[in-house]
Amino acid sequence: MLGYDVSWAAFNIVEVMSSSKFTYKRIGYLAASQCFHEGTDVIMLTTNQIRKDLSSPNQYDTGVALTGLSCFVTPDLARDLANDIMTLMSHTKPYIRKKAVLIMYKVFLKYPESLRPAFPRLKEKLEDPDPGVQSAAVNVICELARRNPKNYLSLAPLFFKLMTSSTNNWVLIKIIKLFGALTPLEPRLGKKLIEPLTNLIHSTSAMSLLYECVNTVIAVLISLSSGMPNHSASIQLCVQKLRILIEDSDQNLKYLGLLAMSKILKTHPKSVQSHKDLILQCLDDKDESIRLRALDLLYGMVSKKNLMEIVKKLMLHVDKAEGTTYRDELLTKIIDICSQSNYQYITNFEWYISILVELTRLEGTRHGHLIASQMLDVAIRVKAIRGFAVAQMATLLDNAHLLTGNTQRNGICEVLYAAAWICGEFSEHLEDPMQTLEAMLRPKVATLPGHIQAVYVQNAAKLFATVLQKHEGETDSQVAQETSQLLIERLPLFVQSANLEVQERASCIIQLVKYIQKLQQKNVEVADEVTALFAGELNPVAPKAQKKVPIPEGLDLDAWINEPPSESESEDEKPKSKAVFAKEEPKHSRRHTEVDEKELARRREVRKQEQANNPFYIKASPSSQKVFDAPGVEHIPVVQIDLSVPLKVPGMPMSDQYVKLEEERRQKDKADKKKKDKKKKREKRGKGRKADSGPESEEDITPAQQVDIVTEEMPENALPSDDDDKDPNDPHKALDIDLDKPLADSEKLPVRTHRPEVLKSPAEDRENESIPQESKKKSSKEKKEKKKDKEKDRKRSKEEKKKKKKHKEVEEELMESQPEEAVQSEDTKEMAVPPTSAEEVTAPSSTAAVDTSSAAAAESEPDEPKDTEPEDTKSSKHKKKKQKKEKEEKEKKKKKRHHHHHHHRHHSDGGGEDSVQNGTVEDEEPLPPMSNYSLLAENSYIKMVYDIQGNHQDESKVVVSVIFENKSDSFLKSMEFNVLDSLNSKLQRPDGAGPHDGLTVPFQLPPGVSNEARFVFTVQSIVMPQKLKGTLTFIVKSEESSTHEKLDFKLHFTCTSYLITTPCYSDAYAKLLESGDLKGSSLRLEGVNMPFHHLLARICFHHHFSGALTSQRSL
Amino acid sequence: MIKAILIFNNHGKPRLIRFYQYFAEDMQQQIIRETFHLVSKRDDNVCNFLEGGSLIGGSDYKLIYRHYATLYFVFCVDSSESELGILDLIQVFVETLDKCFENVCELDLIFHMDKVHYILQEVVMGGMVLETNMNEIVGQVELQNRMEKSEGGLSAAPARAVSAVKNMNLPEIPRNINIGDINIKVPSLSPF
Repeated sequence: MLGYDVSWAAFNIVEVMSSSKFTYKRIGYLAASQCFHEGTDVIMLTTNQIRKDLSSPNQYDTGVALTGLSCFVTPDLARDLANDIMTLMSHTKPYIRKKAVLIMYKVFLKYPESLRPAFPRLKEKLEDPDPGVQSAAVNVICELARRNPKNYLSLAPLFFKLMTSSTNNWVLIKIIKLFGALTPLEPRLGKKLIEPLTNLIHSTSAMSLLYECVNTVIAVLISLSSGMPNHSASIQLCVQKLRILIEDSDQNLKYLGLLAMSKILKTHPKSVQSHKDLILQCLDDKDESIRLRALDLLYGMVSKKNLMEIVKKLMLHVDKAEGTTYRDELLTKIIDICSQSNYQYITNFEWYISILVELTRLEGTRHGHLIASQMLDVAIRVKAIRGFAVAQMATLLDNAHLLTGNTQRNGICEVLYAAAWICGEFSEHLEDPMQTLEAMLRPKVATLPGHIQAVYVQNAAKLFATVLQKHEGETDSQVAQETSQLLIERLPLFVQSANLEVQERASCIIQLVKYIQKLQQKNVEVADEVTALFAGELNPVAPKAQKKVPIPEGLDLDAWINEPPSESESEDEKPKSKAVFAKEEPKHSRRHTEVDEKELARRREVRKQEQANNPFYIKASPSSQKVFDAPGVEHIPVVQIDLSVPLKVPGMPMSDQYVKLEEERRQKDKADKKKKDKKKKREKRGKGRKADSGPESEEDITPAQQVDIVTEEMPENALPSDDDDKDPNDPHKALDIDLDKPLADSEKLPVRTHRPEVLKSPAEDRENESIPQESKKKSSKEKKEKKKDKEKDRKRSKEEKKKKKKHKEVEEELMESQPEEAVQSEDTKEMAVPPTSAEEVTAPSSTAAVDTSSAAAAESEPDEPKDTEPEDTKSSKHKKKKQKKEKEEKEKKKKKRHHHHHHHRHHSDGGGEDSVQNGTVEDEEPLPPMSNYSLLAENSYIKMVYDIQGNHQDESKVVVSVIFENKSDSFLKSMEFNVLDSLNSKLQRPDGAGPHDGLTVPFQLPPGVSNEARFVFTVQSIVMPQKLKGTLTFIVKSEESSTHEKLDFKLHFTCTSYLITTPCYSDAYAKLLESGDLKGSSLRLEGVNMPFHHLLARICFHHHFSGALTSQRSL
Repeated sequence: MIKAILIFNNHGKPRLIRFYQYFAEDMQQQIIRETFHLVSKRDDNVCNFLEGGSLIGGSDYKLIYRHYATLYFVFCVDSSESELGILDLIQVFVETLDKCFENVCELDLIFHMDKVHYILQEVVMGGMVLETNMNEIVGQVELQNRMEKSEGGLSAAPARAVSAVKNMNLPEIPRNINIGDINIKVPSLSPF
């Protein structure tokens, strides 16, 4: 509360919350809303209190409870209270309704499962008579849609209607914002929107609405690729309106205008560029926020022609700026602008280097490393500039005291890091390496941060090598020996450094130098060898290169390198029992080497990457020897020394002079061009560059140097897809739910009612329940229509009765934590059918027909539980209605029945796609399919679902059918399916294949196509559940490229998946009963809200149990 | 979504803090400090939007604030809110306070912290705008106050509780509150 911890009072707050007086209750909830959060443990005590308050007759009790809850709702509370809040959404008082609607958003966030069941009602509220409720509903849907817009496209017509009819600016703003999020997904919507939006822009007087309209029009225009005739008119209108905003005296409008402008800039830079004057004017605004926005805009306005001019202006601002934050922002912007799209707009890199050097003179900037990395980048990638860069850096190093003199300017000394490295690496360009070397070994260097000292030391060695090289040929080796002496004198300072890196490098180098000195004294030529230490070209590596290294085929980091201990033990024991120790040894070592090779290859790969990324690592390959012929230093300009400006580092060129030089050069170029008109030579640039879009014909401007921007290196066959950097913890991700799919009964919100005795229905009830169940099955085969209908009627009435008694609370944890076996055993007892041990049922026989019919029955079944919908809590009135409805439906059903079963026959095989309208369900709710196929694995390319069946012919084999579905737009081929065998289960491979080879999937998948493949596994024991790890590798082939992809999966063999349906006729069953082998056990499962026979059907379907039912019938 | 609503005075003393996302208390204090730092050094004639509260939210979030007499009203919102809309909402909120307290000043916020919260609860709920119609807000607040009165209000609290509060040993009871011109002058702004 007010920033103070009051968690000690949490329990007292709960007490006050439960007061019966509104006065105290309100205080309690207020306190709770201020200090409760998900970690508060007493929060679970409040569930019932909140529920009570929510259903209080006093609307304000409900109101404060809702308000309080909105601040501290937890996943548990959300789950338990979702249904109560949903009922409140149709409360009579709009005051409660709007609060309930708003809080639903919080509930969705915490308990995403509630979204689908609650959504229809939320949608209703969009058309609520009360404007407050309507606005709340719009609010919630906008929040939802902002994160996952594609699921809400279907609401577009409704919102469109609201937009044209509503007069409430709040609602309008929200809707227009929502449309802005939807249009990128549906361009047609955008086309429709433009007209009403332009009308609104013209008509409205409210600035906020105008602004949002402009924003959305921009979004629409961005989403529409082009080709609309009135396209440019709309853009013109937007820009024009924004100009009005920017020119307004109200700073807020100015700010927003610039903000919106920057959005247009991305797609229509030309229309913004015409307002350059206005934006440059904003740069001088006294308001920092506005200046920052204007800076953003500048980014898109530069061209080759005006870059220097703009940067010059910015540099002026840098000098004038008073706050460090703004100055830092300017600095980053200058660098951003210059370096954008691979230095596209820079024509003169000497100018850029001098700009960077000038920037180092900024006081107290945090962005030293940014400047440093730019220096490095330019020096490495632009070969022609190296000579100049090195000269500049040498000056920088020489004047290092200016940068480090003030302790406050620590950020900037990062630049020395770059300077030292550049001087060292490209030392062949140095005019006077000796002097630079001396500068690098000054005692003052020891005050620099450790990582910079380390670079200094390392590069001093490089310089040393250069000096040696230079003076090798000379008769008197004075200079070389002096240099070694210098190093030997100065380096001990670094050997004492506290920084390990510095210490280590210094020690190494000092020893090296001492050795070299000895050799020098003996007049041995060492220069070549010393230079060889630092030979090799360094190429830039793309920032994402590491990420894009494809995982080598067959590499599974999750797989065991050695067999897991329990298994390997049993393996090892056998040879040991023979007590031949010597024999065992080679076996062991063989396996080790095999593993090692794989491992080594992997490590090598990793190391290569590391080396590639490390600027200090020098590649060993002799092919890329450093080229020693320096391109000369002619083009280092004559340095102007300007002593009038205090902070100017002597010897550093001013960037300004380049502007003049550039002008002159361009003039000259133009003149030249007239002479040799035809030959227009453009240099090759980095690959990622875009076409110039500046207003001037920039082709005419040739860069000052022949610039060769080295492209960044990427690993071979890098993955083309950019990994999306979405935050996996984003709560909104869970809300990405398809809302148009019909509700499945499993998704219903848990309903809280009293718990009656569980399953207390008498035995006969059960009997009756099961009879229609299996008679249905029979009819599916034999089509005894009449009899079945009668039974169906009877069953109906029974069900109706039962439903009333039935407890409806779903305790999800219970459902999940109980293994399926529990359900099974309960079932065993009730039906008195024998799956006591799995083997009995698995006895294979050819009963495919039975299997099919059982599947059909199960599929035709599932969804009466629809009736147990949450609304049931409401009243019995509702129920009566429903009964009537059901009667009507029964009539329909009769007609449909026949057709149905045929239908199911056809489908029972294909499983996956089945979604058959069932007669027993209310019309608006189509059935969810019941399928044996469960998801195996999925990625953006492919989806695999699988089913496991026992094999009738060979008991030790099971068949796994996998459906591969191509989800991408590309062609998938060369699929290889591989599973890591366990002792118990092995994938059957063709003769001659090794135990780790994959199986080729015998087909290829065009986009959107699915196909099924079957794989046979040998299984040792079927009473052991198994999880097998496997990989699917495949090649994705699109027009431009083809890439290797892989998908890992876990194949889950449950014991029940081994079961095979077997008919058990009366005599066999009698024998079974006699034998006494049957065991029974029972277990009470609470919170099942499905009618029993559905449950049974489900169990049977998923566990191949139909034999049980058949046998019961024959009894 | 509104992520936080902060009201503090010219010296950075928080007067009302409402976070719609959990932050630990020390973090809350830090956020208040940082926000105050950002907001207080801005002139009155610059724009009311601020980016760059590094502690709260990040790039998607903006601080939208208004300065009335001695108090800053700061809303931290994400991009789904209309900037001008929120400015207007602050105005609505302050006008409502003005109506409920009759010439609201900083002292009202100090001594009737709960009431300010109740009013805020009618405007914003769980980070989403609940109601923007001032009459509706005032009406609901008054109805609830009337209900409280009919129950006897807080004065009917059990004697035990009252004595407990009296005997509480607060180290920092504000002795004399000396604030200059603290009346919030609500300028009448044209809607939007």
